Amino acid sequence: MNLETIIKEIGEYKGPNLKFMEVCGTHTASIFKNGIKSLLPTGLKLISGPGCPVCVTPSAYIDKAIEWAKKPDCVLLTFGDMMKVPGFTHSLSEAKAEGANVEIMYSPHEVLKKAGSNPSKTYVIACVGFETTVPVYSLLIKQLEENNISNVKLLTALRQVLPALEFICSTDSEIDAFIAPGHASTILGSDAYRNLALDYKKPFAVAGFEAEHVVIAIYDLIKQMEKGKHEVHNLYPSAVRPEGNKTALETIDQYFTSGPAYWRGIGTIENSGLYLREPYMKYDAGSLGLSDDADKQTSKCRCGEVILGKINPDECPMFGKACTPLKAKGPCMVSTEGTCGIWYRFSDRK
Amino acid sequence: MCVALPGKVIETNGMVGKVDFQGNIVNVSLGVVDAKVGDYVLVHAGCAIEVMQKDAAEEIIELFAELETMHNES
Amino acid sequence: MKINMAHGSGGNATRELIRDLFQKYLTNEYLEKMEDAASLPGSKYPLALTTDSFVITPLEFPGGDIGKLAVCGTVNDLWMSGAEPEYLTAGFILEEGLDFSLLEKVIASLSKAAKEAGVKIVAGDTKVVQGNGGLYINTAGLGFQKYNQSMVSGTVLPGDAIIVNGDLGNHHACIMSQRMEIINNIQSDCANLGPAVKEILQSGAEVRLMRDITRGGLGTILNEIAESKNALIEVEETKIPVDPEVQSFCEILGLDPLYMANEGKFLCITSQKDEEKVLEILQNHPLGKRARCIGHILNTDKFQVTVKTRLGGRRIVDILYGEGLPRIC
Repeated sequence: MNLETIIKEIGEYKGPNLKFMEVCGTHTASIFKNGIKSLLPTGLKLISGPGCPVCVTPSAYIDKAIEWAKKPDCVLLTFGDMMKVPGFTHSLSEAKAEGANVEIMYSPHEVLKKAGSNPSKTYVIACVGFETTVPVYSLLIKQLEENNISNVKLLTALRQVLPALEFICSTDSEIDAFIAPGHASTILGSDAYRNLALDYKKPFAVAGFEAEHVVIAIYDLIKQMEKGKHEVHNLYPSAVRPEGNKTALETIDQYFTSGPAYWRGIGTIENSGLYLREPYMKYDAGSLGLSDDADKQTSKCRCGEVILGKINPDECPMFGKACTPLKAKGPCMVSTEGTCGIWYRFSDRK
Repeated sequence: MCVALPGKVIETNGMVGKVDFQGNIVNVSLGVVDAKVGDYVLVHAGCAIEVMQKDAAEEIIELFAELETMHNES
Repeated sequence: MKINMAHGSGGNATRELIRDLFQKYLTNEYLEKMEDAASLPGSKYPLALTTDSFVITPLEFPGGDIGKLAVCGTVNDLWMSGAEPEYLTAGFILEEGLDFSLLEKVIASLSKAAKEAGVKIVAGDTKVVQGNGGLYINTAGLGFQKYNQSMVSGTVLPGDAIIVNGDLGNHHACIMSQRMEIINNIQSDCANLGPAVKEILQSGAEVRLMRDITRGGLGTILNEIAESKNALIEVEETKIPVDPEVQSFCEILGLDPLYMANEGKFLCITSQKDEEKVLEILQNHPLGKRARCIGHILNTDKFQVTVKTRLGGRRIVDILYGEGLPRIC
């Protein structure tokens, strides 16, 4: 087979309606950038899952980050895509304009040099991410311990893929099959999805991020559905082993432990968060219990149902009114490529 | 979920090293991989998360071939 | 030595600063008169007037500095409207703490760029503000519209070709490399586009419009054109020229070259019949060796920009939302 024949076959699919979820935000971006949705038949829909760690951070977390950034002699370090995620009143970008100390990082490890040369300042890192990013933070703590650096703190909003997938599968969702995240699977291994596939009878395709990877995964899932299979296929073997990266998993386990976590627009999912273990809590910047559960405004958000494939964005009462790309409330609007964001920006011109 | 890119290890020094992405040299943490100079590693947020088994182009060609056998009626 | 508030007092320190630095590099018959306003000869051509401000950090970068950038950015704006640049003004806002040697380099570079672009700096100003060693330049540029015959109507037609003069994203990637401490050989494309643009305009090719692809990048500029002309524009992903080193840089940080700033790139919309002619001129010119036709105007009854992707799919190109920051997701 080649790319053209696969695209052609996908386009000619005429079976029962299918909904596939691409779990990972970077897959969502790749699907958007490569115009893959324009190649799909009407009977096949791709639903963007909850796998954008930036988008699912609660407003309470952003507020906590801003609180640190506003303290004198304190600097908040963050990935660039966190800047526009809304808190209850402000985003980090807006807080920065009001004088808060916010700096953008490429790697959390940049803090070592900064903290070493400015001992009177406290550096707080906005630690978001899934399993892919957690080893980065684990190695950082190791370095902090070894070098006796005490002016660095971690404000964590770390999430685990498997409990989220379990939640989606166990809820009455309309997702038929999953494109499993590529780089989280690098850490977790493709075998990690076996139980979900068996228990819920859903096929999984672990995919890379090139356009071809995504198209191959879609084709594989269609074929699995047609034959009634529910297997886990590792279609990214260059970077994903069946057993994952054991060293990375051990490193995560050394420093972090599971706990409940709130996902923006979805709610609290048991055991879906990762928090620093007790001996390392001295590095924590107040990451426990950050939830938007009590907030009335947020509770109207129906991103959870959008993610589960149950409703279209415009069925949400906040869509286009209280929730727009410039004043996003839910994760599907926060992400530039999120379902609601794309729906809002392009639906009127279609 | 996570932007990551393969690059070539050009220098190692214990837990850290330098990785070359088509001429862009980045300091990378090598703490969770067993990588040596010349290896291609997958880098996410300044941290190598795996040693690549092959390059993407090669992998895609192989996947096209495998799909055929994987899903052929038999 | 560093700039302090006294250099902005208007007193002796100001006079010394102007004499020792500015007059050393910037002299001509207009500046020498030391008058409050420059008295300039008129022209038989319509005038084109533009203004721009330059606030870049770092002040020096591979491929240029804020002085060269200020001249190139201003003259490029004039050329885009078919005007040959003649006169520039330059207002300098200096933050206290700025190194004299750095300021001198910037002024020397601005002077050299102005000479190369064939423009005279005819008025200038200097102010000092509190701060941390920064430097900002505001310019105005005046040109004579000698070459805009084909651009007067302001309309585009279905079939018109969209041509860019080379690789996109270099300037943005270069500046960001400095800030993110990623080591590479990427240079800013900062350049005076005049020589290439002049050749195109003098060739008699039917040029509908030209725009320099600066802030917001190609994606944003195409949207602005589509909106103002009510045009459906389609470009092909595989034809958009990007240097592999820049492409890789973008992938490390999750950036899109479509939205990255350039300082020596422009977009030229020509009639279909002159597509080849303009491409040939550009490809034979040092400023356009990697010039490409990246797409066409499909029709003029609705406003949209689409990309035909490598897979043969289509997607809409929006304007840049937010800042174009490095991302992990």
